[in-house]
Amino acid sequence: HRLQHSSVPHRPISKLLIANRGEIACRVVRTARKMGVRTVAVYSDPDKGSMHVDMADEAYHIGPAASQESYLRGDKILDIVKRSGAQAIHPGYGFLSENVEFAERCSKEGVIFVGPPAQAIRDMGIKSTSKIIMSEAGVPVIGGYHGEDQSDARLRQEADKIGFPVMIKAVRGGGGKPEEFEEQLESARREATKSFGDDVMLIEKFVERPRHVEVQVFGDHHGNYVYLFERDCSVQRRHQKIIEEAPAPGISWEVRKSLGEAAVRAAKAVGYVGAGTVEFILDASHKFYFMEMNTRLQVEHPISEMITNTDLVEWQLRVAAGEPLPLTQEQIQLSGHSFEARIYAEDPNSGFLPGAGPLDHLSTPQASKHVRIETGVREGDEVSVHYDPMIAKLVVWGHDRSSALNLLTTCLGDYNIVGLNTNVDFLMSLATHPSFVAGDVSTDFIPDHYNELFPERTPSQQLFCQSALALILEEEQEGIRAAAATQDPTSPFRPGAVPRINHTLSRTFSITSGGVEENVQVAYMGSGKYKMSVGSSIFEVSGSMLQDNNVCHLNCVIDGNVSRSRIVIQGRDMYVFTPTGGWKLSVPTPKFEKEMSSATGATGGAIAPMPGVIEKVFVTPGQTVAAGDPLVVMIAMKMEYVIKAAGPGVVEKVLFGQGDNVAKNTPLIKMKETEAE
Amino acid sequence: PSLSRCYKGQRDYHNDTASIVGSEPDRSSSEFKENEARMAALVDELRGRVHHISLGGGEKAIQRHKSKGSRERIGNLIDPGTPFLELSQLAGYQLYGKEEVPAGGIITGIGKVSGVECMIVGNDATVKGGSYYPITVKKHLRAQEIAQENNLPCVYLVDSGGANLPRQADVFPDRDHFGKIFFNQANMSSKGIAQIAVVLGSCTAGGAYVPAMADESIIVRRQGTIFLGGPPLVKAATGEEISAEDLGGADLHCGKSGVTDHYALDDTHALHLARRVVRTLNRNKIPQVSLRDVKEPIFDPIDLYGIVGDNLKKTYDVREVIARVVDGSEFDEFKARYGDTLICGFARLYGYPVGIIGNNGVLFSESAVKGTHFIELCCQRKIPLIFLQNITGFMVGRDAEAGGIAKNGAKMVTAVACAKVPKFTVVVGGSYGAMACAAEPMVFSLLHRPRFMYMWPNSRISVMGGEQAAGVLAQITREQRRREGKEWTEQEELALKAPIIKRFEAEGSPYFSSARLWDDGVIDPVETRHVLGLSLSASLNAPIPKTDFGVFRM
Repeated sequence: HRLQHSSVPHRPISKLLIANRGEIACRVVRTARKMGVRTVAVYSDPDKGSMHVDMADEAYHIGPAASQESYLRGDKILDIVKRSGAQAIHPGYGFLSENVEFAERCSKEGVIFVGPPAQAIRDMGIKSTSKIIMSEAGVPVIGGYHGEDQSDARLRQEADKIGFPVMIKAVRGGGGKPEEFEEQLESARREATKSFGDDVMLIEKFVERPRHVEVQVFGDHHGNYVYLFERDCSVQRRHQKIIEEAPAPGISWEVRKSLGEAAVRAAKAVGYVGAGTVEFILDASHKFYFMEMNTRLQVEHPISEMITNTDLVEWQLRVAAGEPLPLTQEQIQLSGHSFEARIYAEDPNSGFLPGAGPLDHLSTPQASKHVRIETGVREGDEVSVHYDPMIAKLVVWGHDRSSALNLLTTCLGDYNIVGLNTNVDFLMSLATHPSFVAGDVSTDFIPDHYNELFPERTPSQQLFCQSALALILEEEQEGIRAAAATQDPTSPFRPGAVPRINHTLSRTFSITSGGVEENVQVAYMGSGKYKMSVGSSIFEVSGSMLQDNNVCHLNCVIDGNVSRSRIVIQGRDMYVFTPTGGWKLSVPTPKFEKEMSSATGATGGAIAPMPGVIEKVFVTPGQTVAAGDPLVVMIAMKMEYVIKAAGPGVVEKVLFGQGDNVAKNTPLIKMKETEAE
Repeated sequence: PSLSRCYKGQRDYHNDTASIVGSEPDRSSSEFKENEARMAALVDELRGRVHHISLGGGEKAIQRHKSKGSRERIGNLIDPGTPFLELSQLAGYQLYGKEEVPAGGIITGIGKVSGVECMIVGNDATVKGGSYYPITVKKHLRAQEIAQENNLPCVYLVDSGGANLPRQADVFPDRDHFGKIFFNQANMSSKGIAQIAVVLGSCTAGGAYVPAMADESIIVRRQGTIFLGGPPLVKAATGEEISAEDLGGADLHCGKSGVTDHYALDDTHALHLARRVVRTLNRNKIPQVSLRDVKEPIFDPIDLYGIVGDNLKKTYDVREVIARVVDGSEFDEFKARYGDTLICGFARLYGYPVGIIGNNGVLFSESAVKGTHFIELCCQRKIPLIFLQNITGFMVGRDAEAGGIAKNGAKMVTAVACAKVPKFTVVVGGSYGAMACAAEPMVFSLLHRPRFMYMWPNSRISVMGGEQAAGVLAQITREQRRREGKEWTEQEELALKAPIIKRFEAEGSPYFSSARLWDDGVIDPVETRHVLGLSLSASLNAPIPKTDFGVFRM
């Protein structure tokens, strides 16, 4: 049964400030609204008019795009708390969620910080400290050295003692790369200095084929603790999770229970309050070791909610208000299986290069009791270069793992985005990979199965037929729309079944996809039937296209086989989303248009490969450059890109300066060609 | 504008929608099957011939040319996937002996360009270099006539070497010859009917005036040329040596002479520019008729094959044709119980109102009077008229003459001739004006001035049927022999009749008619609804004038 200390006053929350943006801000608003709590949003310049601002009851501007000047400005946020009359701050994840100083200031100023006590954040924030606390609390900790002697020789000696392979990690901060020692140590120190201004290192045992398993825990002000089972977040790219599931597959109830209990011990050891996550490394024999504790609500919390039928944000708010935990450990039942896929603006084919840009088209699967779409953007919004490029979290639940996984795959097929590169297709190949289906996951999953996850895709002849049919049907519908807007809406002079008298209309559609150009020869056979020839094959094609809100459903019958896909047509580009992934196809620009645009002088210079900020410009007007010379360095999503000269030439004009934001495909440098064309 | 309010959601008051005409045929009957097979064969023959024609001057000529000929250009000019109401496809068919001039060397028809219904006239340079045969001129002029009557902007896709020199006498000098083209351009322009020329090839001599007389013209660089006299003529006349491009190319005409207004980089660009020009015409088609939602006929038009067949001696109910042409097969028949050999009534075609007059047998006085009455109604109400023509003649004999069949027939001829509403004729059977049956004036008034006229492949046009004609001639010869006391054997009679029948058959054929542009095309019965709908839509670009009838003899 639950304890309730009379010493903890009940502090009701009627108005909540959400010191975050994007999907988590929207997520918190939804629960707050359900509980009758009014919400206050904050926003930076580029977030003006974004979804979380529209959803909240009030919203306040807190500064320019850069997080340091907006979402990380604790002072401004506390000021708004007072101006708005809110009693509490929900920090979401990231930004100020694990900022000790901020938590302390809240406490000092009498504002409820929806999160753990500052001391718990501090304890868990320093990895060496946290490990000592955990060891003492009887939580299994991986062999390692967390000592103060930071000399290279000592670290090397400790590494030998632990036994290679080892990991070298910065004491503050996450991640770590197992590589060669000295070089890595040097690199890790440099990174740590740059990132945290602190180069204290720790050395840890490196577990081979490890799994990342974490336990959701909850504590209240009355000394109650529960765990809500574990999540498996092994599949990662760039050391970031992309697909998570709960519970972890293939784990016995015994291990599950001991994981949960170890996590509760960990929480207790630091007097934890609120939602927290204890991360473990699980080795092949299902032995687990404490890694770290995240003192916030995690991105992937919905999958724990799905399998326990809880609302953890509601729990957070109730606990923050001084209420005891709504459920005891015995009352928390694990039911079914849940997956979360994180949909990112990124390019999996270019090393998961983060992206940004407009969401020109966005259609999602139908949300239901078993399908949650956690997002902070809508069609027409922009994924900003300034923040995390996550577009949405797709969360599904099924009675068992395989039904949940089926649902995930189907829903991914219905997640159609145009305007920027996304990882949706990659997530689909991941979710359908036999090893993933078998639950055989580890943190090396992506490198281990790289070739199968990135299969060579070539567009099929049927795809070209589908595209040609979509173009024809789009013409028909456009014809009807255009006619309806006139005073002669019924005239048969519109695209239709019998476009020619006594002979068959034959048209050629040139369509390109992934560098393949095909001429689809289409003969209009009447009654909505078409004979299409692609290469040396001939297909009988018919079908229909149905517009449902912003989604265009194409039903295509090719030689009697029915296939369904969704179509987005944007100018000369067409996107075909099939149940096995999406394709981009284009109708080539007519020759004369190309000639006209080249006549008006497009730049032969450097083009921004992705949206970002100009870090450095190497050239000045008049400078002669050779092919391959660096021209500009761009920073996008914390990554550096060197943009090089495509060919020899003389710089005519530098179009941007250091610190400027540039959109994708923006010309950066204008060149004078040295040789005549 | 919302049309649905007029129709949908309205209670079926007094059985308003019950006027459905037509019936399901017995598709298993041997007659139906035989008819179907015969008509299908005729349609196959039609499609086969048109397919051959659509290849233009053939592969070699197509390869020689930069573009695949006029049809493909037109396909790129009109709004994508929209219909092209091609006219007189069979022009010049077997007209010049062994010399084939597919489609008369020129493609004409109506299509939508940038949302505007336009008359398009395109020289097919793959056919004899796009030169003008007499039939080419006739077809060009017919297209202009249709454009003028129906107020359709004209787009000329010019690619022609000018008059066909061996035939210049039949091309150049007369009133309805080459010069009439420019007369028409000037007069249409004066009426605000835009004249747009796209120079995609050569425009020599007289041809130079097509772009020069146009309101706006476009020329393709290194491909289009315009000059009154080409380089050989210049050399002969003045000794000056000059290339065609320097003499009359795009650079010259867009930059220096100002003969053309827009400079195109290639064929596609030129057509794109033509679409742009049409966009700026500031035209808004507002049909001066009431509109309803479109409903497909409830009876399948394909059954027309089995209902109609190819034997003109067998009769069928023209209502079965109406049922397979008009919206929802709904037909509000007029005077159904009077003069029932002429069917009259109102219907909708693609939402537009139409009055329909169809023959259902020999015309009596009552039928003629009823037809006259109905035409007056349509003119009064400004409703376009469709004639489904299957004329075998007026009733003859003492009673008929005493009943005034001549004056009653004359009434109807007057009514048809004077009616100013758009008129459309489809010859769905015979159009015989047999002397003995005295239907000539009727037939020819119907053939003479409709806005559009089409033939079914089973139809026939002639003064009388071949057998009738042969019979008449045989009778005369027999009488003559009898007077001379000479014997005339049956074989001799057959020998006399056979070539006459053959000739009448050939000359009564719709191909013979269409080759000479007596009509605007032979069409598949199944496509009658579509073709009439397109024609009707085109005609509604012009306001419907008031009709003043001549004197009706009472």
